Amino acid sequence: MANSSEPADRNSSDDSNLDDESFNLTAIGGTNFWFDQSFTRLVYFFAVITVAVLFLMSWVILHEALPAIKQFGLGFLWGQDWDTGNKIFGALPYIYGTLVSSAIAILFAVPIGIAIALVTSENFLPSSLRTILAFVVELIAAIPSVIIGLWGIFVFIPFLEPLQKWLGSTLKWIPLFNTEDPSGTNMLTAGIILAIMILPTMAAITRDVLMAIPKELRSASMALGGTRWETVFRVLLPAGFSGMVSAAMLALGRALGETMAVTMVIGNSAQISASLLNPAYTIPSVLANEFAEAEPGLHIGALSYLALILFGLTLAVNIGAVLLVKWVGRKNS
Amino acid sequence: MSGYIQSENDESLAKELCSPLPTERVIFTYAMNAIAFGLTGLALIPLLSILWEILIRGISGLKSEMFVKAVIDNGFGNAILGTIIMVVIGAILSIPTGIMTGIFLAEFGQGNPIAGFVRFITNILTGVPSIVVGVFAYGVIVLVTKGFSAIAGGFALAVIMLPVIILTTEESLKLIPTSQRLASAALGGTRFQTTFRIIVTAAIPGITTGILLAVARAAGETAPLIFTALFSLDWSEGLLSPTASLPVLIFNLYNDPDPQKGQLVWTTSIVLLSLILCVSILSRLVIRQRRLN
Repeated sequence: MANSSEPADRNSSDDSNLDDESFNLTAIGGTNFWFDQSFTRLVYFFAVITVAVLFLMSWVILHEALPAIKQFGLGFLWGQDWDTGNKIFGALPYIYGTLVSSAIAILFAVPIGIAIALVTSENFLPSSLRTILAFVVELIAAIPSVIIGLWGIFVFIPFLEPLQKWLGSTLKWIPLFNTEDPSGTNMLTAGIILAIMILPTMAAITRDVLMAIPKELRSASMALGGTRWETVFRVLLPAGFSGMVSAAMLALGRALGETMAVTMVIGNSAQISASLLNPAYTIPSVLANEFAEAEPGLHIGALSYLALILFGLTLAVNIGAVLLVKWVGRKNS
Repeated sequence: MSGYIQSENDESLAKELCSPLPTERVIFTYAMNAIAFGLTGLALIPLLSILWEILIRGISGLKSEMFVKAVIDNGFGNAILGTIIMVVIGAILSIPTGIMTGIFLAEFGQGNPIAGFVRFITNILTGVPSIVVGVFAYGVIVLVTKGFSAIAGGFALAVIMLPVIILTTEESLKLIPTSQRLASAALGGTRFQTTFRIIVTAAIPGITTGILLAVARAAGETAPLIFTALFSLDWSEGLLSPTASLPVLIFNLYNDPDPQKGQLVWTTSIVLLSLILCVSILSRLVIRQRRLN
């Protein structure tokens, strides 16, 4: 059937092609040529839009921040007062809260993320179980931040509060826990919630890094008599070190900008204190809480200045991570 | 060297070679196994706990009339509508730009320094905090139109969706073998014909997955909507007026002393979470099936 019908089809289409005036092998004109040209231009145009979005974003935020930049200059960075009534604004407590809560998150997320990556990439478990496990951990990334915050407030904090009260009463002599009768909303809780949220990033990228390490390295180590964990510590972790550093940087970038969950559990009190059991405040949180009701002028300007600082901070961390990945890729190839 | 065959070392060496691992190495292995599995288990607890608590606390309040009532009447109909409207606006803005930029990276990208730069910018765009995107949308739309609106919220969501769509489009276009491009070119296909009739058609499942992932991510975003779309307790009056959305409903009402509103928050969480989990599980399954084939 197919054999008998095909030649006939081909013949008819050949005929129509030969009749077509625009049938030209080295076309520099005609419908198709102009179609192709405009298609290429269109693709370039949209690519330029993508690039423009980032630059426009920087410019717009800088422009919004100008009143505050003119008023406070760089002194904004180490000013400690935030008084909306008297129009005095300083960023230091927010910068401090953002950096410390992200640091706590990284501290928890790196070892746990590496453990998950090892369990899901090495042959501890049958492969079907491994993929399910990796899949389930990645689901955490899909849960909206605001729902994690809701869970944090109503489920996680009641669970964590007794432990934190015990830390505050027995380990008072350590400055990190020097808070009398801490309430559940504080820097430590926010750090742990952040750690949960950046865990999928850390685990997924580390897993990719580990999978990319050639099998020969593992086999060689095993052949020399290394156990699985000796292979992990002496071969895999050193070989994947720079990849894991960039995974941690990408996770850090995410932690710095995370807003809703942190706003709901950190206590929103702009202060700088050594104790992790005291409430704190972060840049994204103050933006989320104050931006909608802020008065145009200096208040919006100060908040935009904060956004600009956060933007610069995450940009630096992300560019660092991307460059590191590129550099490692070039070194390996 | 000569000593090793004749001397009494011979026996102990043979013993060492034949014996199983020394005790400390066995202990190390088991201890590390325990630590690794323990930490992995620890990571799963929050996820299971979140799903469990939301289901238990929210399911009792779930009634069908909530879907058609506004927040002011203890429903979440206006928030669902608002979320859909803003995600659609975001999709209309970001899908064409995202797919075209993805095509640029995959098809025009080999050895093109501009493509390297665009890819770099896209990666950076992925890492921009959503709240900063909100400040951007505030400056571009809210300040210009002089009011919080669904359009401003949709614009913010578009910026968040854009890099996701670009990167997944590029990935799925790269999966199409080069031989298909060559075949199309050999038959006289122009770049436009090759790209659209052959490559994009073959990559449609992958691109759809990317769009679904972007939609799932945008539907759960709260931060950029707080001060672009704001919120409204009743049905929104139009695209240029404040608009409610599911995530902002949760954020605005979670501290409400009214127990009815407290219940509403948990029920909304069920609806939002099941919406997002369905979409993202679906899209991930599609990806996995394609990888297996």
